[in-house]
Amino acid sequence: MGKKNKIYLLIFAAIIFALPAFLRNNYHLMVLNVAALNILVVVGLNLLMGYAGQISLGHAAFFGLGAYISAVLTTTYGFPIWPTILLAMVITGMVAFAIGIPTLKLEGHYLVMATLGFNVIVYIVMIQLEPVTGGPSGFSGIPRLQAAGFVFDSDRKIYFLLWAVSIGSLLLSLNLIHSRVGRAMAALSQNEIAARCAGIDTERYKVKIFVLSAVLASLAGSLYAHYLTFISPGTFSFFYSLQVVTMVLVGGMGSLWGSLFGALLLTLLPEALHAVKEYNVLLYGLILMVALVFFPHGLFPGIAAVLGRGKISGSPDSEKPLALNKGT
Amino acid sequence: MTFGLQLFQFLLSGLTTGSTYALIAIGFSLIHNATGIVNFAQGEFVMLGGMFMITYYSSLKLPMVLAFFLTLFSVSLIGLLLERGPIRQARSKEILILVMITVGASISIKGLSMVLWGKNAMTLSSFSGDAPLLLWGAAIMPQSIWIFAITLMVVVGLHYFFQGTMTGKAMRAVAASRRTAVLTGIPVDRMILLSFTLSGALGAAAGIILTPITTTSYDVGVMLGLKGFSAAILGGYGSMPGAVLGGLLLGVLESLAAGLVSSEYKDALAFLILLAVLFFKPTGILGRGRLRRV
Repeated sequence: MGKKNKIYLLIFAAIIFALPAFLRNNYHLMVLNVAALNILVVVGLNLLMGYAGQISLGHAAFFGLGAYISAVLTTTYGFPIWPTILLAMVITGMVAFAIGIPTLKLEGHYLVMATLGFNVIVYIVMIQLEPVTGGPSGFSGIPRLQAAGFVFDSDRKIYFLLWAVSIGSLLLSLNLIHSRVGRAMAALSQNEIAARCAGIDTERYKVKIFVLSAVLASLAGSLYAHYLTFISPGTFSFFYSLQVVTMVLVGGMGSLWGSLFGALLLTLLPEALHAVKEYNVLLYGLILMVALVFFPHGLFPGIAAVLGRGKISGSPDSEKPLALNKGT
Repeated sequence: MTFGLQLFQFLLSGLTTGSTYALIAIGFSLIHNATGIVNFAQGEFVMLGGMFMITYYSSLKLPMVLAFFLTLFSVSLIGLLLERGPIRQARSKEILILVMITVGASISIKGLSMVLWGKNAMTLSSFSGDAPLLLWGAAIMPQSIWIFAITLMVVVGLHYFFQGTMTGKAMRAVAASRRTAVLTGIPVDRMILLSFTLSGALGAAAGIILTPITTTSYDVGVMLGLKGFSAAILGGYGSMPGAVLGGLLLGVLESLAAGLVSSEYKDALAFLILLAVLFFKPTGILGRGRLRRV
């Protein structure tokens, strides 16, 4: 199964890296670049939701921490770019650790609320700490990424870098799922009490996955900042947290490929439906609600099952460890 | 103005907003006790309360009392529909799924309100003028007195409802143990429906009395909901006296922080308190230890 997934991943990578040859329009490349960054966030979130049974509504804050730490340190203080991205990941990981330790011991919705509260705090600080962050009008002049004299200064050039990182995260996630840790997480998502009885330190795993997902979001944020060279608080509001959660839910929690297509679909769809910008918020709310009410195992697997062709990727119930079964 | 008087002034304004937080927190507790879920759309009920009141009272020029009750009715109906629709129809009854459904409902209500009422902030005139009254040297707005009075009436009314009526006792029984409640013949489904309807009414009441002071717009719901939630956690989640205490305390702390430290970070305080309570005493001030620890 792991092998099959890796072949799919190879095919996916081949298509992705061949695409720029056919796309002349830079705007299309930019949209795909944003999709790559969203996938990076969503892959981590999918692990958290599908395997640790926890939902975070604060990933925009981790995404934002990565972006702002990178932006401020490299632009204002002249730090070198790549080590700063790593530093941002470490700092964000420590913050997530501090939030996760107390809240992951409690019922699931406490993490939802704690992360959401954290998101609001980070957002307020971004706006109010004007001398450092540039306030509501944003932070500009962020240096572009470069490696060995090669500057990633166009949508086309950075496309390959962003997608390489993004596909790398998919590979990492696949390896993780099919490792000892992955099997422990699968057990944890099936039945936490049983997993504990089998000697799995479920709390530690939950915290680890949460930190990993925050670190991936931070990396995406840093890359975003150095790619667009301009960031403003609006990008990192609670709505983005909600968008990435919706992407995971649409694709199906615990389903890596589902998340991938959820992220692609929900990044490309609003671009295609430019006319309905006014209804964007309503649209997300309705998608989220409909997906959860009728297809709690994911919109794609659910629709496939309804169409009677649910066997495309194995039955959704047996293949995926479904988390969130700890209702009290 | 002496420092003591200044503190008194902060206390008054803190208790004013704190009263509305208390109403929102009670709404959270009602639904939590009946179902075990956090109703994320609670803040949207507050926003809708303000919006409907503006529509009925300012736009349609209905008499104030009629507009007031019509607003309560409208938002209660939305609470009812939320339960009858998405929550009741949900294929999965896992707590976290249900919570996320209310998140979806909250965003949908927000998006629809943006389409219906536009993006601009809307105002509602005070119930009885804006001339401040003096209370031991501190200024108090007539609207604050309305807020205290209506909050007090609601709390007393709810207390009577839960202690003195059969329906209220049945709701408490559901909160204590759903299974036992079913066995004793209590229509649990109807109690859940009632909790959503009541929460809608409570949110609406909070929105109506708060809007003349703060104005409203389609996007205030999330913030108000989160503050109500923080208040509920602070007081002890699921406890009625806890919700009132948490609401008032949060209001006063916010007002003091805004007055003495910095008004820019006022909104962040509620969440710092939320995180701090979750870290150190997740059961809150009046809560009993009933939190899951495997």
